[in-house]
Amino acid sequence: MVLKELFYFLIFPGMIFSVVMGGILSWSDRKITARVQFRKGPPFLQPFYDLGKLFYKETILPKFGSKFTFLAAPVFALFSATMANVFILLPSIFPGSGFRGDLIVVFYLLTIPSLTYIIGALASGNPLGALGASREMKLIISYELAFILALTAIIIKSGMSLRISDILAVQQDGGAFIGSISGALLFIVIMFVNQAKLALVPFDMSEAESEIVHGVFIEYSGSAYAMIRMARYIMLFALPSLLITLLMSGFTLSGVGILWAVLKLVLVLLLITLIRNTNPRVRIDQAMRFFFIWMNLLAIVAIGLSLINL
Amino acid sequence: MGLGSYCFKKSLWVFHFGGASCNNCDIEILDCLTPKYDVERFGIQLVGTIRHADVMLVSGSINRKCRDRLLEVYNQAPRPILVVAFGSCGCTGGVFAEGNTFAGPVDKIIPVDAYIPGCPPKPEAILAGIVKLINK
Repeated sequence: MVLKELFYFLIFPGMIFSVVMGGILSWSDRKITARVQFRKGPPFLQPFYDLGKLFYKETILPKFGSKFTFLAAPVFALFSATMANVFILLPSIFPGSGFRGDLIVVFYLLTIPSLTYIIGALASGNPLGALGASREMKLIISYELAFILALTAIIIKSGMSLRISDILAVQQDGGAFIGSISGALLFIVIMFVNQAKLALVPFDMSEAESEIVHGVFIEYSGSAYAMIRMARYIMLFALPSLLITLLMSGFTLSGVGILWAVLKLVLVLLLITLIRNTNPRVRIDQAMRFFFIWMNLLAIVAIGLSLINL
Repeated sequence: MGLGSYCFKKSLWVFHFGGASCNNCDIEILDCLTPKYDVERFGIQLVGTIRHADVMLVSGSINRKCRDRLLEVYNQAPRPILVVAFGSCGCTGGVFAEGNTFAGPVDKIIPVDAYIPGCPPKPEAILAGIVKLINK
């Protein structure tokens, strides 16, 4: 029993599988970016070369700052991203699994990586890291409300159920939520929230390379940075999976369903990459205004529409 | 050759240290990222911080003010780190070699793994230098 849960956590929907999937998605992201810019792009194994190299290099600890917190932050980021991915994928693999309220657990687990980046950056004692941490904090404050409102609308649409497997069952009976008007609005909201959670352009101000040189990650090197990269690969897989599970009737892993699952994942990733390639970086106050006014408005309209079954 | 050093050669992240450069070398480095030369094919990326870097490109002549900064940045880098002296000024000092404020070419201050001469080096020369660095 314990062995089975360890297997779930470490190997199949957990750490190894999701790092490999996230690496492939990260390669596709870089390759699509390169094709958009008429370049050739990196080779297929590039994300794994990067990881291998980072594990090979030296890890430097900060002289002025908390060394333990600095090293613990990437571990927690990797752990919580993996746990979130397991809870998102298990209801798709074994229909009916999961527990009451796992949607809320996933919501909190998906916030923890951003929080640990803030804690690690503040523990490094670097002023640019602190600047990145403050921007990341403002970004979290702005997108979390829109995200929880969107989840509320989904809970209302699925008949007040807090279980991911129930949400999947409702969609498999009555069609995917994205087919309705409120579902389409929710898709837009969760898409932009994903963009901010993944810290991709236009919401990458917390690690803006050209102004605050990778911001929150400025002091990380070697294995610690490799763990952050792994956590980011997993998030790049987990957030589109959550979007597909909540709105596009999830993954069916049998027969032709596998093809559909891959197609849905590629579609969502393509949208994320194209948004990232066609937009400039916005300022933090513009991002906060965007989420507080427009995304919250869309989510509240979606809640109203889903209350009258549209 | 172990797995670690194999991966290291496949994903070199480059940090660019500009000494007292005239900016011409800096522009040629950016040329390598354009569609025609595209060094991302080999896994090479420009990074902003020395903590993530595997290769340190030093361009421009190093004068007395730059010298201490160069040493400090080199000491902050995670090992293993490769150093490339870039352009005539980085390799030998160029026309500034006999100047009053000149503090020696890069290899007098820190160990250098590859030299890419030229004023500025052409992108083809930079790619050739990278190949030599990888096969070293």
